[in-house]
Amino acid sequence: MIHFGRGSVRRVKRAEKPGSTIPTTEILMKRFDVRSDSPLPTRRDFLRRSALAGGVIVFASACSDSGVMDPGPDPEAASFGSGNVAVLNYAYLLEQLEAAYYIAVVNDFYPNATSEERSLLTDLRDHEVAHRDFLAVALGSAALPEIEFDFSAVDFDSRTSVLSFARTFEDLGVSAYNGAGRLFTADADGAALLTIAGKIVSVEARHAAAVRSMISSNPQAFAGDDVVDGNGLDVLRRPDQVLAAATDFVVTPLDPSGIPSA
Amino acid sequence: MSKIESHDAPATDGAFELDPEIADHLTTRRQALSRAGLWGIGAAMASLPLGLGVLAKSAYARQGIPQQVEDILNFALTLEYLEAEYYTLGVQASGLIPSAHVPIFDLLRIHEVQHVELLQSVLGDAAVAKPTFDFTAGGAFDPFNDYAQFQILAQAFEDTGVRAYKGGAAGLNSAPDLLDAALQVHSVEARHASEVRALRGQSRWIQFDETDVAAIAAVYAGEANTTHAGVEVTGVTGVSERGVTEAWDEPLSVAAVLEIAGLFIVD
Repeated sequence: MIHFGRGSVRRVKRAEKPGSTIPTTEILMKRFDVRSDSPLPTRRDFLRRSALAGGVIVFASACSDSGVMDPGPDPEAASFGSGNVAVLNYAYLLEQLEAAYYIAVVNDFYPNATSEERSLLTDLRDHEVAHRDFLAVALGSAALPEIEFDFSAVDFDSRTSVLSFARTFEDLGVSAYNGAGRLFTADADGAALLTIAGKIVSVEARHAAAVRSMISSNPQAFAGDDVVDGNGLDVLRRPDQVLAAATDFVVTPLDPSGIPSA
Repeated sequence: MSKIESHDAPATDGAFELDPEIADHLTTRRQALSRAGLWGIGAAMASLPLGLGVLAKSAYARQGIPQQVEDILNFALTLEYLEAEYYTLGVQASGLIPSAHVPIFDLLRIHEVQHVELLQSVLGDAAVAKPTFDFTAGGAFDPFNDYAQFQILAQAFEDTGVRAYKGGAAGLNSAPDLLDAALQVHSVEARHASEVRALRGQSRWIQFDETDVAAIAAVYAGEANTTHAGVEVTGVTGVSERGVTEAWDEPLSVAAVLEIAGLFIVD
């Protein structure tokens, strides 16, 4: 039996989650692009937002800038550590996210999933689980804890929803690894870790191409101009951008302040 | 179809060392005079809207690009020349590529040409000249008349490109802006490899060191590795050994890459 049980996956939405950091209304408005002239939020929007309010990645600056209610650093937030360890933990967070996602997908495929789709999504689950398990061991006692995720924004019964989020996670993962290479130290240790990360990111890119081709009828979608620019370069994101995108799905409070800056 | 002999070039973590003979070879190319024409530096610079040339120049304004970095970039440029010319000729060959697949190979062509221009802009006068290619490898292949062979070599070039950039990236970790770009090219090559493999009905990920075509076996030497950063991954996960080999791509030494590419380089 393969043990895929690690990583908590919540597929059922909760109206409210405990969070020791309460984003201010101002932050919520900004984060969800809610404007005073926006139409009333739909039920789905509301559920997404309430889920998001529980997903807390603490950025020190965001907290202090919000002014009104500065909760300070959350002593319960899981620390990434610093230096190369923090970069690896950053990768570990993303691999946990992807592994948890595909475990949920494969445990209960959307209706009428073809055998080809099942096979491909099962491969993706296996690869992400292997990445996750490797990083857990490589990091040892410095590893982030098991992160709890909230996938209530996903309709696991919808092919379009499942594959769209898969595309988002794969492209996000590729861009994150691309932007993290330079965060490793410029010494032999950093070079070795850079190669390790490189061995993983190209597989993420293979995934991204696969999912994109599954979901799109555009024959060029696998490396479309929404991800590859006019110089033939793939998307690159720094940790603040990646974590801002991932926070929607993360329940466990995190303290990424030790991740080196680019 | 002749065989590219498989050899046991072990993939080494992070090693990027140029064989002196290869370095000499690249130096000779650098001194070559034939820079005019299609791949002329001036034309490439003029047509580049943004490129990294400016960036490289500002980063290394005083001392120039360090030799090791220059060697890595010229190594990459050589591979990009190869891919760019291959797809350019393939797309031009009438009746070769089925119309449904033309958009795919045309996108590959576009990206590889962009990579050539990008690297030329970074290297400036230090850029190696485009080699003369023979994609029949002395008559062993017939890619522009045989679509199956065209796809096989495309897969070989893309998977080799992924391995080459992976090997080269570690040598760029003291040049962060160039490292960013190299990684961004690397993942584009992996997207290409995934698509070309699928087009051939092959797994998008490399399983063990397997290939359905013995002639390109050298491209996959060392891909069955399951130990990373000293961790034997099959011992710490429930995922099958096959799955573990799929989940990691391996770098390839410069010597091994040039041995593969060298089959198609006449001069």
